[in-house]
Amino acid sequence: MKLLKLVPDDTNIKFLKWRVPFFVVSILLIAASWALVATKGLNYGVDFAGGLEVRATFTQSEEAPVTELRSQVEALGYGSPVVQRFGEDNQVSIRVRLSDEISADKEAAQEAANEIVRALQAEYSDFRLDGNDNVSGKVSGEFRQTALYALLAAMAAIALYIWIRFEWQFGVGALFALFHDVSLTLGMFALFQLEFSLQIIAAILAIIGYSLNDTIVVYDRIRENLKKFRKMPLPELLDLSVNETLARTVMTSLTLFVALLPLLLFGPASLFGMVAGITLGLFVGTYSSVYMAAPILVWLGVTSDSFVPTETVLDQQEKKARGLV
Amino acid sequence: MLDFPTWRKVWLWLITGLCVFAALPSLLSATSVRWPDALPQPMVNLGLDLAGGSHILLEADASQVASQRLENMEENVRGLMRRAEPRIRIGDVSTRGGRLSFILDDPSQVDRARELMLPSINGNGLVREWDLTVEDGNRMILTPTAEGIDQAVSDAMESATEVVRKRIDELGTREPTIIRQGDTRIVVQVPGLQDPEQLKALLGQTAKLEFKLVDQNALPSDVQQGLAPPGSEIFPYAETSDFAGNSLAVRRLGGIRGDNLTGAQQSFDPQTNEPVVNIQFDTDGGRRFAKLTTDNVGKPFAIILDGQVLSAPNINEPIRGGSAQISGGFTVEAANALAISLRSGALPVDLAVIEERTVGPDLGADSIKRGMLAMAVGSALVIVLMIASYGRFGVYATVALVINVAMLLGIMAALNTTLTLPGIAGFVLTIGAAVDANVLINERIREERKRGRRVIAAVENGYKEASRAIYDANITNFIAGVLLFLFGSGPVRGFAVVLVIGLFTSVFTAVTLTRMWVAGWLRTAKPKDITL
Repeated sequence: MKLLKLVPDDTNIKFLKWRVPFFVVSILLIAASWALVATKGLNYGVDFAGGLEVRATFTQSEEAPVTELRSQVEALGYGSPVVQRFGEDNQVSIRVRLSDEISADKEAAQEAANEIVRALQAEYSDFRLDGNDNVSGKVSGEFRQTALYALLAAMAAIALYIWIRFEWQFGVGALFALFHDVSLTLGMFALFQLEFSLQIIAAILAIIGYSLNDTIVVYDRIRENLKKFRKMPLPELLDLSVNETLARTVMTSLTLFVALLPLLLFGPASLFGMVAGITLGLFVGTYSSVYMAAPILVWLGVTSDSFVPTETVLDQQEKKARGLV
Repeated sequence: MLDFPTWRKVWLWLITGLCVFAALPSLLSATSVRWPDALPQPMVNLGLDLAGGSHILLEADASQVASQRLENMEENVRGLMRRAEPRIRIGDVSTRGGRLSFILDDPSQVDRARELMLPSINGNGLVREWDLTVEDGNRMILTPTAEGIDQAVSDAMESATEVVRKRIDELGTREPTIIRQGDTRIVVQVPGLQDPEQLKALLGQTAKLEFKLVDQNALPSDVQQGLAPPGSEIFPYAETSDFAGNSLAVRRLGGIRGDNLTGAQQSFDPQTNEPVVNIQFDTDGGRRFAKLTTDNVGKPFAIILDGQVLSAPNINEPIRGGSAQISGGFTVEAANALAISLRSGALPVDLAVIEERTVGPDLGADSIKRGMLAMAVGSALVIVLMIASYGRFGVYATVALVINVAMLLGIMAALNTTLTLPGIAGFVLTIGAAVDANVLINERIREERKRGRRVIAAVENGYKEASRAIYDANITNFIAGVLLFLFGSGPVRGFAVVLVIGLFTSVFTAVTLTRMWVAGWLRTAKPKDITL
């Protein structure tokens, strides 16, 4: 039986030739992402912004009356709500950011949620309450903080480990690749104003994990080749390493993609944001491992000596004793 | 490298078998197959975001505990000094600035007063609860110690958790989870609860019940301005009362607290037919209630719940039977909730709902169904791709992947962890990592063959060289996972747990198990060439 080969043998793509333009584009993309986050802002869900969210299905309708809902909830006087389709056309999520006074008063915050649900139940006979979240400003602030700490701590520890296992240049390279992935993902969430919640933090973590896998596989091969081909110029050696691992990169990305695609197409609506984030990160992560993590090593000055153990005094004594010197 | 002694094979199969076995009850629960009762029943809990239900995070106000404690101390000191023989006269009692101070009229009594207070200051003897200092020879100052306050908050939270548990048990819901979290928080999770309003109404009530005599000398105009006569205090009427918006002055001392209740039931007033709550006192409470009502026939007394006056009926005759009736314009539901709250005892501290999440059961079930279908289709596609690319080695990888999923479920069930939506992201990542490990190994074997190595050497080298990258990748992810668990909150933690367990199972299945199978095959079939 003839087996499927996605990447032909002996590929020799000159990835490094285009490293400067690709790098410039990536830096621009990172800058653009942060600019988007700064100007448009992230569409924080109730996890991070506080307030309340009501999710509902209009069981007898084809489509949820989004515009009507917006004006109806607004008329209740809790400020302007964010009404979004959520999964099917007849499912919506209604988010209201409560004022600080209301959110601080437990009874007022609960009353607000009750009032919205009651008003909509009275108005629409086919209104089915699928769930509601009510997060006080205090807790949402804690969520923001712990999520940020967790991300930063994980990234720092990862860089440290790679520095110890490889060389500092590799640690910096991996960290840069992760920074690139996280930035671009945040940029996308800002651009399309997708709801940014704790689930998305889980997605970003999955992206970091995946991108890291990719980076380490390439780095491991670079390390191996650095020991093997001591005279080869670095750009050429990096190209060789990336080409050698290309079959693996394509195959892994493809299998993960086919696993994610059904979740994206007909998985539960509540998972959509998270799966979309992971899928996006799959592409970004693969790209960054090949075009960021490897080329940056050229500028950081990795040499073929990086992985040759330095001779110690003990080694020299041993050599002398054996009459090798 | 490809040597597998029998004892090692036995070990590997034993571990695999145990983990898969532990996964069976969870996998079977979705089908109609019954798991024999005699066997252990490890189950993966489904988080509320998947199973439907309510999650409520309650927070206590620690400063309330401190001020309550100060008030109790004031009462305690007044009592001690009054009961002393001869009586110790004190004045200028103040609880300002979080400490209690008072002046002894006779400075020579300082040592006696100190001795009287000693047991209260030292508390239960484990921690010193108060610091006592004397200023100007006759001003005694009691300052609560930090350890004492911590202890009091911790005690209050413990009994609050107990009260919450009793109240939720009264709802008759299935398997609620009630856990203390941090210093001042309680997490309540009730799977399958459709109406969280009922739950919140029950938990939002402190249920501190007091019976106090109405101060009939207070001028209504003063009361409305918030001015209480000496020895009295002012409480507002509850919103449900006929006098909502008004206030009432009651006598500070001589009342009864609802601490000594043995029962409370919702019922109806035989005359007005309005919902009321019947309560029963224990012997001590009944005796004091009888005394209060006997001494004050014809006078009104106020029924005060959580600092609000429910009603202030006249005492028509002494109530000696040890039971009483509370009325106050209740609905049937409110009267029922109050009865439950009174039966479970008062909360020692107010609890505020600071986070609430409810997922309807329909949505949860739908999420699981769609998630399962998507995972099944995704897995099928991955399997096709793996076998088409790597033939026999792809089959090994696929079997390893299936075992990996089962083992991960099994370990989660054995540790009784909870699978949540973000946990599913962890699952996807784990499956990705497992597939990646096999892809790495198989691609490496291909390479080694291309370089002209013989079959056995190529396979050996493939596993050896690929393992380095696999271990490095998994260790970095492990470090990340542990940090996420340490620093993260709820959902991030759910992700981290799955990730960390999954790293172990994926390395075990994708590297160790497949190597055992490949070695076994190479040994028996002795192939000259392999299709890869």
